[in-house]
Amino acid sequence: MTITEERRQAYSYADLPGLMGRMTGDEKHGPAATSTLDVLWVLHDRVLRVAPERVDDPGRDRFLLSKGHGPMAYYAVLAAKGFVPAAWLPDFGSYDSPLGHHPDRTLVPGVEIGSGSLGHGLPIAVGTALGLRAQGLTGPAVWVLVGDAELDEGSNHEAIAFAGPAGLERLHTVVVDNSSATYARPGGIVARFEAAGWSTATVDGRDHEALHAAFTAPHPGRPHAVVARVEPKSD
Amino acid sequence: MDTMRDRFAPAVSRMLDEDPRVAVVVAEIGAAALDAVRARHPDRVINVGIREQLLIGTGAGLALTGMRPVVHTFASFLVERPFEQVKLDLGHQGVGAVLVSAAASFDWPAGGFTHMAPGDVALLDTLDGWTVHVPGHPDEADTLLRHAVRPGDITADDKVYVRLSVQANRTALPVDGERFLVVREGRCGVVLAVGPMLDAVLAATEGLDVTVLYATTVRPFDAAALRWSAEHATADVVLVEPYLAGTSTAAANDALADVPHRVLGLGVGRRELRRYGTVEEHVAAHGLDARSLRERIGAFLAGGRVPVAG
Repeated sequence: MTITEERRQAYSYADLPGLMGRMTGDEKHGPAATSTLDVLWVLHDRVLRVAPERVDDPGRDRFLLSKGHGPMAYYAVLAAKGFVPAAWLPDFGSYDSPLGHHPDRTLVPGVEIGSGSLGHGLPIAVGTALGLRAQGLTGPAVWVLVGDAELDEGSNHEAIAFAGPAGLERLHTVVVDNSSATYARPGGIVARFEAAGWSTATVDGRDHEALHAAFTAPHPGRPHAVVARVEPKSD
Repeated sequence: MDTMRDRFAPAVSRMLDEDPRVAVVVAEIGAAALDAVRARHPDRVINVGIREQLLIGTGAGLALTGMRPVVHTFASFLVERPFEQVKLDLGHQGVGAVLVSAAASFDWPAGGFTHMAPGDVALLDTLDGWTVHVPGHPDEADTLLRHAVRPGDITADDKVYVRLSVQANRTALPVDGERFLVVREGRCGVVLAVGPMLDAVLAATEGLDVTVLYATTVRPFDAAALRWSAEHATADVVLVEPYLAGTSTAAANDALADVPHRVLGLGVGRRELRRYGTVEEHVAAHGLDARSLRERIGAFLAGGRVPVAG
């Protein structure tokens, strides 16, 4: 099957488990992969203005998967939306596959950053938002997905503390909170964004309507953070 | 004479005026000197506060949107503290930036070891694809900054490091951002002076029958120039670098891999001196003053034991 034929197929949310099932070999990151599934789907299906035809369009929205661990859900969504052929999925992690256990932007169409080392996405997203603004591109939104434990990395807090006072209105962060941080306090994540002047929302990370409402809530003059709570990591 | 660092803000201001792709990112250090140009280009002169991981990440994000970021702070906070950001946010993402450092190996000795970065060039040597400029005079810094940023060239996306220092030679030479210059020709050896080391090397080799090469662009290393010099003189090579001793020894050996040769790498020692004082005192402590250099170069060329610095 060619890439073109593949892309003509329409996949729905119900197809994602099947697409994910084609990938094996990264079971260690399994919980991390499924925690992000609904957030990734709602963003790509209903929020982000991105498409396989416009991966180089300066006016596209930018989605930066900062938490590069467990990218099976991400690859499944990219396949469902036609960015990569589903035929790529079974070779996941092999020497000849463009799909690694951490994504590489230079190998996968539609992937905006290579990630894997935690805490790099938010600072890069700050620069992306500043770069778009400096070029008068006020339309595109910049989205970053981070994990709750990823927020342990101090680099995130450099970005959070800067972006609020700098008024980076086009910057959005979604924190997938599966209670995997070893040291956490209830409400601690949202409090840190609020203290830095961000608009925030906390929602059920499995509820598509709630996610969509939180993702599309107006936040004039401020960056926006959505904490998407999912079931705690089980292992 | 003004310093290379004094030239940074005027040079980058001109480039910001000329080219809408150019943006400058700082982390408080050097921000005040950019106040005037920030008033003209508020979206392209960015101060992220005292946040060096964000400093590099911001530069990378700007580059991902097609801009040409110039990122500036002291060398220790530009290359060493956010080294993983340099490696991943620029290298792994496949985007470019111009990193411009100040303070060098020991520009502020009274500030102590926290503000010294003799290992910056050696660290960048662990990464692929970096061009490294080490100007030896403020005029050369002007030339090399423009060469690094390439204002007006929409294809400019390479990774360049420009190392500014208060150490400087008395006069500027016509550097081109690529090749070594032959300053003196001789038959009994080759001495390569990097950036601000040239005056001391010329004084140290006065009356010696050696070739003196001058390097302000050390990566890529101009292997052809060193080969040419070694073919026209004894292939005894002394490198005199203003950063960690031996940083370019491997590059010199690679350039002469198929030729019998000897290499001596002189520069800043690894050992932490735990001394304050002046630049001149630190130059002498590392054996990089003209008298120490003459002794060490002379001993090496004579085939004898080279005195250790300090």
